[in-house]
Amino acid sequence: MIRKIVLLSITLGSALLFLVRLTTLQLLDTDYSEISLNNAIEKRPIYPTRGLIYDRNGTLIVANQPVYDLMVIPENSAAFDTLELTKLLSLSKDELEIQLKKAKQYSRKLPSVVVRHVSKEERAVLQEKLWKYPGFYFQKKTVRDYVIPTAANVLGYISEVNLNEIRFNDSYDLGEMVGRQGIEKTYDNQLRGEKGYAYYQKDRFNRIIGSYENGDFDQKPKSSTDLTLTLDATLQLYGEALMQNKRGGIVAIEPSSGEVLALVTAPNYNPNILVGRTRTKNFSILVQDTLAKPLFDRGLQAEYSPGSPFKVLNALIGLQENAITENTVFSCNQGHYYARGAFMKCHCAMGTQNNLFEGIYKSCNSYFSKTYSRILDGAENSAEGMDRWKSYLNRFGLGNYLGYDLPIGKKGFIPGSTYYDRVYRKGAWSTPTVISNAIGQGEVLTTPIQMANFTAAIANRGYYIKPHFTRLNNEMLGDSLYPKNETGIDSKHFETVIDGMHQVVEIGTARIAKIKGIEVCGKTGTVENFIRLDGQKTQLTDHSIFIAFAPKENPKIALAVFVENGYWGARWAAPIASLMIEKYINGDVQRKWLEGQMLMGSLQEEYNKPLSGKPFEINE
Amino acid sequence: MNNNLIFRLDGVSLIIYLALVCFGLINIYSTSYSEEVLPLWNLGSPIGKQFWFFVISLCLMPIVLFIKPNFFDHLSYLFYGISILSLVGLFVLGQTISGATSWYILGGFSLQPSEFAKITTILVVALTLSNIQSDIKSRQTLLKLILFISIPILLIILQPDAGSALVFLGLFFVLIREGLDLRIFYLGLGMISIFIFTLLFDPLWVSISCLILILIGYLIIKNNQQRTPRNPFIVLIGLCVLFSYSANFIFHSVFEQRHRDRFNIILGLETDTKGIGYNINQSKIAIGSGGFSGKGFLNGTQTKGGFVPEQHTDYIFTTIGEEWGFLGSSVVIILFTTLICRILLRAERHNTTFPRAYSYGFASMLFVHFFVNVGMTLGLVPTVGIPLPFISYGGSSLLAFSLMFFIYLNFDANRLS
Repeated sequence: MIRKIVLLSITLGSALLFLVRLTTLQLLDTDYSEISLNNAIEKRPIYPTRGLIYDRNGTLIVANQPVYDLMVIPENSAAFDTLELTKLLSLSKDELEIQLKKAKQYSRKLPSVVVRHVSKEERAVLQEKLWKYPGFYFQKKTVRDYVIPTAANVLGYISEVNLNEIRFNDSYDLGEMVGRQGIEKTYDNQLRGEKGYAYYQKDRFNRIIGSYENGDFDQKPKSSTDLTLTLDATLQLYGEALMQNKRGGIVAIEPSSGEVLALVTAPNYNPNILVGRTRTKNFSILVQDTLAKPLFDRGLQAEYSPGSPFKVLNALIGLQENAITENTVFSCNQGHYYARGAFMKCHCAMGTQNNLFEGIYKSCNSYFSKTYSRILDGAENSAEGMDRWKSYLNRFGLGNYLGYDLPIGKKGFIPGSTYYDRVYRKGAWSTPTVISNAIGQGEVLTTPIQMANFTAAIANRGYYIKPHFTRLNNEMLGDSLYPKNETGIDSKHFETVIDGMHQVVEIGTARIAKIKGIEVCGKTGTVENFIRLDGQKTQLTDHSIFIAFAPKENPKIALAVFVENGYWGARWAAPIASLMIEKYINGDVQRKWLEGQMLMGSLQEEYNKPLSGKPFEINE
Repeated sequence: MNNNLIFRLDGVSLIIYLALVCFGLINIYSTSYSEEVLPLWNLGSPIGKQFWFFVISLCLMPIVLFIKPNFFDHLSYLFYGISILSLVGLFVLGQTISGATSWYILGGFSLQPSEFAKITTILVVALTLSNIQSDIKSRQTLLKLILFISIPILLIILQPDAGSALVFLGLFFVLIREGLDLRIFYLGLGMISIFIFTLLFDPLWVSISCLILILIGYLIIKNNQQRTPRNPFIVLIGLCVLFSYSANFIFHSVFEQRHRDRFNIILGLETDTKGIGYNINQSKIAIGSGGFSGKGFLNGTQTKGGFVPEQHTDYIFTTIGEEWGFLGSSVVIILFTTLICRILLRAERHNTTFPRAYSYGFASMLFVHFFVNVGMTLGLVPTVGIPLPFISYGGSSLLAFSLMFFIYLNFDANRLS
């Protein structure tokens, strides 16, 4: 009997075993379907073309252009004329061979990039001859095209995500381009749009053999958003031209809206050099230039002593605090003793009696240090006066980030009592100790954009709107308007100060900035500066500074110009500012002689002085 | 009589046969499916070739069915001789495909004589068992039977095609049915268990376990029976220990690395999804991804991507698993099981040894193929390259199994005449 059921029972047993196994594999264990999806289906991102960038007048600044990666599938490749290929693409034979070897090592059946970012022109030539190169083909990509090569510092740049970023952010795909700096970074989400996905069926060699399920699962990309900048491309270009061969920055703001009209940093670079095959090489050249620092945005990141323009703020604070009135007169005898044995020089003649108006346009040091003393001493003690003074400056947007829509910036510095308590010990300092702040030389540090911003606040008679670089539509912004930031100073106090600034240009230190038909208000600055050279504190040629706005009534533009080692305010900064104003308001410049002088002028010699190792004279 | 024959045919089995072959064709079509659509009868594609072999098989069916059954017992030796000659002839005229010299190429078709040797060996074994003078208990008959089975095994191993050779061992099920000493069966069972346990654990531990088990067995028997000889148990323990150590030695010194790998993967001693474990891993992925109802005809991503090697031949079950899911795979398993059991049960109804032994042999052959092939794709049995009868691509296999099946039908239908 047992003989008859041996095979029968083994058969039934096996069938049962198989059914159990099938149940676990197919019904209980879901891992296998996921593995199947991973190894048989490829999910490839489809990127929408990156958003375009326009300037405030609707001029296209940044577009996209196709570039081509030369690909190879080693398996399909055969012997070819390497010499011709290297000549057509201007490569060395070694480079080509290394890439081909890498491709082979990666996979014989899958495509690899041989030459990245072949330009349209190179491709056109090679395309005709491509039949001679079996296994090679072009794959299209889009990169940025800077139609107007300007404002590289504002625009920033894009590059592929690296492996580390992919690891920490699931939403990134290999090869995805993201904004790295500037507008491209801040508005990366809008400019990128939402990528879609296409699903492909792969074979066991990872080759794509068709779309998966006729593309039923594919997700369409959502298109990207174009951006309109607040920059005026013409003005920006003009500013860049004026600043060539100089170091420094120009920041121009429309006071009524807080829109940044121009943000120039010098030296700068042409954004087109960071596109295409030479990108890496060019980028490292920029990074390695540690003297001129072309990647350092002096408009946003450079912290300088503000110098004389700062006097205007002290005047306003003095008026608001009732430390002075517009009629307050201070005497100046080529300077004054602000403490026993401590003399501050001034260029006023002996026995000069200045009121506020005169103090401003003559830029009298004595006047403002006395004003500053009254502000601080008017309070119960210096410390309290100092902090009250500081809070006014903070409300002018100094001493902290402004909150504009670019990813970089500096706080600047406005000292308060805690700072001096730390440096000098509590109670061991008094007004004379910190008197340099009165004339913008002491511990105070500001960035050019902060200076342009407080100039805009003066132009607005009491408030500023956060500077920004893009005109956003309501959808992006939520609330459509930026709020007014009140400075806490009554608008009546501004008129005297503005009259003084107007006189600066009319009869004062910046007469060169006068423009026919436009009432310009400004204030020059000449800032002492020091570096450490061979371990010694060495004074360098003074910086040239100018803040201005125009016209006096209903101002259209407020700006700060900073030229490093430019001797004195009226020598470089004031003419450049005035040319910018003329260009912006009148559309073209009448004073060709001044324009020529500024465009051609170079401070390169000045910058080389400390490097030469030889003794040098400053301010000569 | 002719009409009667048709009514007496095992209709259920015939339907199962047709269902399996057609389902096989569907899945072969799926594995070789690409964008360019070839007509079914185009000989350039696997599906075309398989289709024509099916047509040929169907043409042979009436011929085989209407032959008188005693024709087979008269000519069994002749058929056997011819098939042995054709196996020997391979060494002279055979074609080598993927390392094994197993094929004759005849005008575009390749024939695999080892498939046909399966039929003739079953026939000759059945005939030997049915001989009045032969008694399986006698050593002479047993040797004769072992010889008939061993000759094709040896010739096929030499090709080398160990997988095809292995299936001939299935014929021992026939011998067991026809009276082989059951102790040989238990011995075989014991050896297989010891072999597997030796691979899994250490020969020392296996020896100790054997010792304990046999001791317990001895004590139980001693309790029940008055006098129990001690010596046979000592000999048994000695044999077990000896076998365990020699199995260990053979596995590590005689087997080739690829054979060792196959065992190690199945027993879970090694995992390597990229190299030696690739086939089984991909096979499990394909089947596992099918889920309950499968991805649908022509929609198997693993099948389309060609991830599983040999998918239209030995690994055809993965396509079934992927595209038809648990439902499809279970149906195939149930159909096979039903067919095998049905043949076994109907074989018992024969009064004479020859048709019974033949049917039994056919069922064993089917079972071994089914068990090894499906077990392999499910990762339960080491990789052995043999086809799934009726379903796998392979003209010789389809033709040979069809003939075997028709002969079975013939014997079954003529049982009462």
